[in-house]
Amino acid sequence: MHEMSIAVAVVEQVEEAAARLADGTGAAPSARSVHLEVGELAGVVADALAFSFDLACTGTVLEGAALTTETVPGRARCARCARDWPTGMPPRLSCPGCDGAATELLAGRELRITEVRWAEAEQRRPVATLPEEQ
Amino acid sequence: MCKVTDLRQSVLARNDRGAQELREELAARGTVMVNLLSSPGSGKTALLESELGLARLRGVPVAALTADLATENDANRLARSGAPVRQVLTDGLCHLESAMVRSHVDSWLPEGTHLLFVENVGNLVCPASYDLGESLRVVLASVTEGEDKPLKYPTAFGLAHLVLVTKYDIAGAVGFDEPAFLAAVAQVNPGVEVVRTSSRDGDGAGVLLERALAVHAGAAVHRPVMARTAVQHGHAHEHGHEHGHAHSHEHPHEGAAGHTRSVDHTH
Repeated sequence: MHEMSIAVAVVEQVEEAAARLADGTGAAPSARSVHLEVGELAGVVADALAFSFDLACTGTVLEGAALTTETVPGRARCARCARDWPTGMPPRLSCPGCDGAATELLAGRELRITEVRWAEAEQRRPVATLPEEQ
Repeated sequence: MCKVTDLRQSVLARNDRGAQELREELAARGTVMVNLLSSPGSGKTALLESELGLARLRGVPVAALTADLATENDANRLARSGAPVRQVLTDGLCHLESAMVRSHVDSWLPEGTHLLFVENVGNLVCPASYDLGESLRVVLASVTEGEDKPLKYPTAFGLAHLVLVTKYDIAGAVGFDEPAFLAAVAQVNPGVEVVRTSSRDGDGAGVLLERALAVHAGAAVHRPVMARTAVQHGHAHEHGHEHGHAHSHEHPHEGAAGHTRSVDHTH
């Protein structure tokens, strides 16, 4: 079960974001909720992650924070015949039309923190926007 | 309203950055890393014993890291080949991460090693998500495991550059349905090469070594569909930071992470 390692990685990154927010003021805010995108093909079990997340948050600025996860369905496209299809699970990654292997994965492997909401504060402030990945 | 940080950050960014840096450093040292994944008992150690022995016979400088939750049994077996071998004990962790491999590379890997084989923890779930810095990812499945294994563990098989069928000598006895297995592999990883091996009768011996040496010589590896993400973000999310703090200086890797395709470890 690597969900514990995933949860610890989430906590570390949110702690880093909290430390950036604390720059100059000294007080790191505590997180109220963390939102994740989890692709259908990411190999992560949401329930196991939720269980691990609570443990990983103990004693950190995330203590008591809620984890919300959004499942991103797998989707693929054939570069040869230009059709796209839901990959399903287990995924079908050869083209259902031409049976070719010129497939690109459009979505489904996401494992990404999209948003953190902090406990205190007044207004919406997108602060530490980082380059998007995957 | 509460304060919100729009983070858009890959959860495994740190591991993936570490893996990419390690891959580049190894390339500069002339070393190619091979990551071997399978379920427990599929025959990773037996196969590796044979390949390390062949490498030694041919004068190819190879080394191996072998990971287990406990015991040094595998390192002792592999060391009989005469190659430098180190046991990685994960203390219960179900997979290797790039930082764990990095510490061994820094402290132990002999200079001039052409191929570093990493025998991952026997597990087809967790290790699949962690890029270690390998240039060749090999997934093994023994004939006793069931033809639908690639469908049950699509991330592992879907990201493989090479699939090895092991214990092929008993395929008939256990009724291995090879066409069904090949169809399952093709469904999750179309185009990947599948090779039959048997450590007992020598079938396929040396194939892994040859494929790894080809990568060392610069040959292109298979690009699994799962590693071919079509998303072209173009780094459009590097907007300015409202607070003007020295974010990019304090966290030099965060910016770089956006340019690293965390799922694509093919080169």
